Parts: sequence; structure tokens; C-alpha cells
Amino acid sequence: MDNTVEKQENIRKGWDGISRFFRANSIWMLMYCTGCCAIELPQAMTSRYDMERLGMGPMATPRQADVLLITGYLSLKTLRRIIYAYEQMSTPKYLVAFGPCTLNGGIYYDSHAVINRLDQYLPIDVYIAGCMPKPEAVMNGFNDLIGMIKRKEANGWKKYEQNKDWYRKNQIQALGELRIKDEFHE
Amino acid sequence: MITGILTGFGILLFAFVWQTSLDGINRKIVGRFQKRIGPKWYQQFRDIFKALSKTGVTHGWVFDFGVMMALGGIMATVMFLPVVGYSAFPGMDNFFIFVYLLAVGMLGMAMSSVGSGNPLAGIGVMRALTQMVGYEVPFMIVILGIIFGHNTSSLSELAAIQQASGIMTWNLVKMPIGTVVAYISLLGMLGKKPFETFIAPAEIASGPMVEYGGKQLGMLMIMHEFATFIEVTLFVTLFLGGATTLFGFIAKYFVVYILASLISNALARFKIDQVIKFYYKVPITLAIVQALMVVFLGWGV
Repeated sequence: MDNTVEKQENIRKGWDGISRFFRANSIWMLMYCTGCCAIELPQAMTSRYDMERLGMGPMATPRQADVLLITGYLSLKTLRRIIYAYEQMSTPKYLVAFGPCTLNGGIYYDSHAVINRLDQYLPIDVYIAGCMPKPEAVMNGFNDLIGMIKRKEANGWKKYEQNKDWYRKNQIQALGELRIKDEFHE
Repeated sequence: MITGILTGFGILLFAFVWQTSLDGINRKIVGRFQKRIGPKWYQQFRDIFKALSKTGVTHGWVFDFGVMMALGGIMATVMFLPVVGYSAFPGMDNFFIFVYLLAVGMLGMAMSSVGSGNPLAGIGVMRALTQMVGYEVPFMIVILGIIFGHNTSSLSELAAIQQASGIMTWNLVKMPIGTVVAYISLLGMLGKKPFETFIAPAEIASGPMVEYGGKQLGMLMIMHEFATFIEVTLFVTLFLGGATTLFGFIAKYFVVYILASLISNALARFKIDQVIKFYYKVPITLAIVQALMVVFLGWGV
């Protein structure tokens, strides 16, 4: 009995390792270009830094994407859309935040319409430093994310599942009302 | 019987491995075209298996069933293809089988994506079917001319007729106008750039694919590889004389597919009305001219 359980566990671990190899080397992005950091993504994508050699590419919808890029400050209205998009993505999903605006509000820290700390509302896997981050920093951040996926450290989505009540409480506190639903099947 | 089944699965495996590798090579070539390094040649395999390793959402059983119907229908179509003289069902490779069986897969995908309920998917499917009406008519006129001229609609017989005396009996040389028309139709079938209207990632968020993620997206990517294999193989068999050796087949396939992809990367996208107007003006006129030449003048027979 113990033997079969152990075997199953080994198979699961082996499959996990294989799928982590594929996930680390093929990352599809959903870009939510809210702020000024978005202007650094075209350089990282096109011929100068060529993100595609890492297996990364832009995707059109949250359903298809693996990583959500939040480029810059978030107003409350944008936060609502970000939460909807993040809930639609299929697991495993990752979140990369650009610049200081997502960390502590940046230069908009005292604005009534802008949230200061994004990690109160959604789990962040990687922060990229700089205002705005240079394309080198962007590529470095993506390399960090790939390394974290390989080392099994990019667990933001698991954290979100486990502490959903806490995150939901913060989200509702900021937004007042939140309706996560499948709007095409009512 | 057993050998037939084994041949069928062999063709399936070859189609998947070759077309997926070629897609990776194609991405590398496009990368060099745009002065980039480009991904590894096996990037397409990594993308497909990654998508299969993710969780997928469902939008009801029509959504899930349509994906299986699409993949199954396309795989069944691949098994009927004669590749380099191998065929799972010898004598059953009539051209019209492919016309009908391809529709099963395409309709499965249409059903599934409309079943997701997303309006962008509906727009995408509508555009795909409209475009199909556009390219099928000139394509079929040219193919019917070939079938009339050679008195057979079996793919392997058409290939054998063209292989009779080298390059001079290829339909590419004997019916050059028809080949151009069929190639323009092939661009429409593959969804390459001037006729990419139904995918249009920046406009309708990748159209029929908009609600797919995870496993379903992986299955649809495999289906796309198989569909591309069928369409390019049909073109190679009908116009470039098929192939007697594996190397010849791979070389012809490579040239046809990479040329389509390079054209795709040099051009911009048509709107859907422009697609239909274009197909019903230029290729259809050329196709009728070609058919008249074959039927009444006997040229290219």
C-alpha cells in the first residue's frame, strides 16, 4: 500500500518537474499598460532585446496568458479590471509589477484615486525596479521570474488561493463592491 | 488492416512532429527577418505542452465537446492523406473526402467557440466562415479544372500523373495561373497576413480562440498544426507533383510554407469586406480563365 502511494507521489513529482520546464520556457504575457512603464516593453520585445528568445510573447486575452504585467500606477477603476483579469487567468499564473508605483505609490503616493500597495490586493511574484525600469531591468526581471518558476518559488497564485479571504477583504475595502462572474453564462 | 492502422498513426506522428518543428523554424526565420535572434526551433513544442499542463476553464459541455470534435475530425482527415506513397486507406484518397472531412474539424471549432458565449468569438467565427466562402470558390474552380483535365480526382493518381516526366508535367508548369490562384487561396486557408482577418489579435482579441486557455488551447494548437499540414500537403500534391521520397516532400513543403509565412510578414491585414472583394475580383477571374483554357483549349492537360 505504502509502496503504491510512494510511486504515485514520485510520478506526480516527475510530472511536476517536466511541466515546470515547459512553463519556465514558454511564458505568454498579458500586458495591462496602465502607466508609463509600458513604454519600456516595446524595446524589450523587438529586435534590440528580443524577448521571444526566452520563449516569451504577447497574448490577446487573460485566458491564454500565463503572466500578467502591471506597468505602473493603478487607479481604483483600473484595479477592478486587473482583479477581474487575474481571476480569469488559468493556473498557474504569475504577476509581475513594474516600478515603485506598484510598491508604495511612487510619485502618486498622496493621490486619492491611486492605490499605494498592490500586494494588499493581489499576490506579486516579481517587482522590477526603476522609474521607469530600463529594458535591461525588464529583461532581468523576466529572467528572475523564469528562475523562480524553475526553482518552484513563483507561488503567488497558491498564496492567493490560500489567503483568498484576506485578499478579498482588502479588495472590497478599496472598491466597495466586487462581482466576479462568468458574464456570458447567466 | 493492422499495417493500415499503423500507417495512419505513423502519418499522424510525422505530421505533428514535422509541422510543429517547422513552425518553430518558421518563428526563427521570421525573427531573423525582423533582425531578432528568435526562439529555439522547438519553441512550438514547449508552447503546446505548456498549454496542456495548465488547468483549463469550461463554459459548458458544447465548449468542451467542440474542441474534441475539432481535434478528432482533423486527425481523421490527416489519416486519409497519402504522404510519400504511404496511405492508411489506399484508394480512398479522393480529393472531395478532404473537402468534407476538413469541414468537420472546422465546424467543431466554430461550435465550440460560439458555445463560449463571448461576442468576439462569434465575430471571429463569422469572419472565418465568410472568408471560407471567399477562398473556396476560386480554389474549387481551379481544382475542378485539374480533375477535368486529368480525368481523376484521386490524390495519389494525380501525383503519379504529374511525376511522369519530371518537373515539366507538374501542374505548377502546366497551369501556372491556376497555381497562383491556389496559392492565394492557400494563404486564406492558413490564415496568413493579408487574410488574417478572423484571428486579428489586436482587433478582436484572436477571434475564435478568445475564451480558450490551458488544455483546450493546447488541443486547438495541435489541431492547427494538423490543419496546416493537410492544407500544405494538398497544395504540394496537387501542384508540385507530390513526392516520391521523404526528402523531396519535406523540401517542397518547406518552400511552400516558408514562402507563405514570409509573404505574411511583409503585408498588412485586410478588412473582411476587402478580403471578399479581392477574392471575388482577382483570383476568381484568373481561376475562370484557367478553367476555360483547360476545358476548351485543352492547355495544360
